[in-house]
Amino acid sequence: MTATPGLAATLPDTGPTVTETATPPRPAHISMSGVTKVFNGRKGKVEALRSVDLDIRRGEFVSVLGPSGCGKSTLLMLLSGLLSRTEGNISVGGKDITKPNSDLGIVFQQDVLLDWRSALDNILIQAELRKSPMEEAKAKARNLLRMVSLQDFEDAYPHELSGGMRQRVSICRALLHEPDLMLMDEPFGALDAMTRDQLQIDLLRLCSERDMTVFFITHSISEAIFLSDRVVVMTPRPGRIERIIDIDLPRPRRLAMREDPKFTGYVHELTDIFKNLGVFREEY
Amino acid sequence: MAAIPDTNLDRFEDTRTPLRRAFDSIPPSLLTLIALLVFWETMVQWRNIPEYILPAPSAIVEVMISYWHRLWPNALVTLGEIVFGFFCAVCIGVPLAVAIVYSHFMQRAIYPLIVMSQTIPKVAIAPLLLTWFGYGVTPKIVIVVLLSFFPIVINSVMGLKATTPEMLHLAKSMGANGWQTFWKFRLPKALPSIFAGLKLATVLSVIGAIVAEFIGADKGLGYLILIAGANFDIARQFASIILISIMGMVFFAVLSRVERIVVPWRQGSDLAGEG
Repeated sequence: MTATPGLAATLPDTGPTVTETATPPRPAHISMSGVTKVFNGRKGKVEALRSVDLDIRRGEFVSVLGPSGCGKSTLLMLLSGLLSRTEGNISVGGKDITKPNSDLGIVFQQDVLLDWRSALDNILIQAELRKSPMEEAKAKARNLLRMVSLQDFEDAYPHELSGGMRQRVSICRALLHEPDLMLMDEPFGALDAMTRDQLQIDLLRLCSERDMTVFFITHSISEAIFLSDRVVVMTPRPGRIERIIDIDLPRPRRLAMREDPKFTGYVHELTDIFKNLGVFREEY
Repeated sequence: MAAIPDTNLDRFEDTRTPLRRAFDSIPPSLLTLIALLVFWETMVQWRNIPEYILPAPSAIVEVMISYWHRLWPNALVTLGEIVFGFFCAVCIGVPLAVAIVYSHFMQRAIYPLIVMSQTIPKVAIAPLLLTWFGYGVTPKIVIVVLLSFFPIVINSVMGLKATTPEMLHLAKSMGANGWQTFWKFRLPKALPSIFAGLKLATVLSVIGAIVAEFIGADKGLGYLILIAGANFDIARQFASIILISIMGMVFFAVLSRVERIVVPWRQGSDLAGEG
């Protein structure tokens, strides 16, 4: 009751912005507007992304779903500052992205582990490059390994680990410095279905324990639904945002939820979008 | 990775007799070598092959001992040429490879010439080097460098380029500078390939030293081989050849050992048959 007059008093000042968009529960962590990327290829210009607008709230898990070559990975590269955009604006945490941003964790489809380092040392390279205190980093790294059930493998070299174990180590590496933004480019794309399920759960567990925004790229419909708060659907070349779907499923997510009518409803909805886009053709 | 359980199964139940076990512990290649030497010895004895055509292994060993006072100092000269030439080739080759990988200009202006220059038979320019540098050790070292430098450069370039774009992106996203990217990512990634080049180079450096001594020398094992040939002293030729071969093998073995120390993570993948 007492808050109402105060709010009313401040309203006139901030009026225009408040009325334009509904105030999000939390401030936007990532904000992209009019993002366009054109590559100068040998055969002329290739437009990879066209006018992408997307705001992601802090702590949100957003998946970008689309067929191969729709510019999903390009979007991730622009977000990390590893590529420069042709047009538009990208800001992360209020900062304009113009050069490689090291304030984040990144996981690729390939685990990119260093062959010459043990699992623990592969995680610790993050701390070495950032010149963080080593003892503290070691304790954190061991803790992360425990979280993904690899506590007995800290001295193992990458060639002694399975594909799923290697990817888990690379996720731990991306989390060591406790970034508030995690970029993942089809991290489970090269894994078998069962390992994939387990890693999705491992990832959700790791996410639930920290306040972290995740930008997750995938071409698996069910993976996107299972993990995300929102799924961004992209069109084939040039990549544009076709639709953004809110996933209203409770957390913690469980594997059994994939049979939930609500879940399958989302699967149908997304499949239909891709059918309409011509990504799926059923006649044969 | 999969090969280990099978050998374990063998060890699980060993029904072999002690004699058989001792026999199995000898490397098969050594057995083949012994068999060949025995065959050689018996053929020479049995067919009465004269020593100026083909001496028996036993005769060669005798010559090696009686001729040792000449063999040893000359072997040291050749060894010096090999090791010093190899060292120079490494000191030139590896930094050059780094320059080629990091500089677009070097890659386009120098690298193709290095590759093309490999069509020039080094032996053909050896007499030229003799004219320029005289009879001393210098032209020998130059030829060793010329021969062994190429695989070092090529393999180092290949290794340094093996770093994937993802790895470089990862390095950047962790805030690595150029220096850290080189020492913590590129160079370790390149080491297995660099060592492959170095091992090839050891073989070529031995060839280079001997060929250089053939062209014109007054000491060294190549010189001894020529002199012995002129005198139809086949046993002394064999003695020199055996010594130079042993030197080459030891050089190669030393490098393999260094590789195991510097690149320990390769051992596992060698076992798995990936190497």
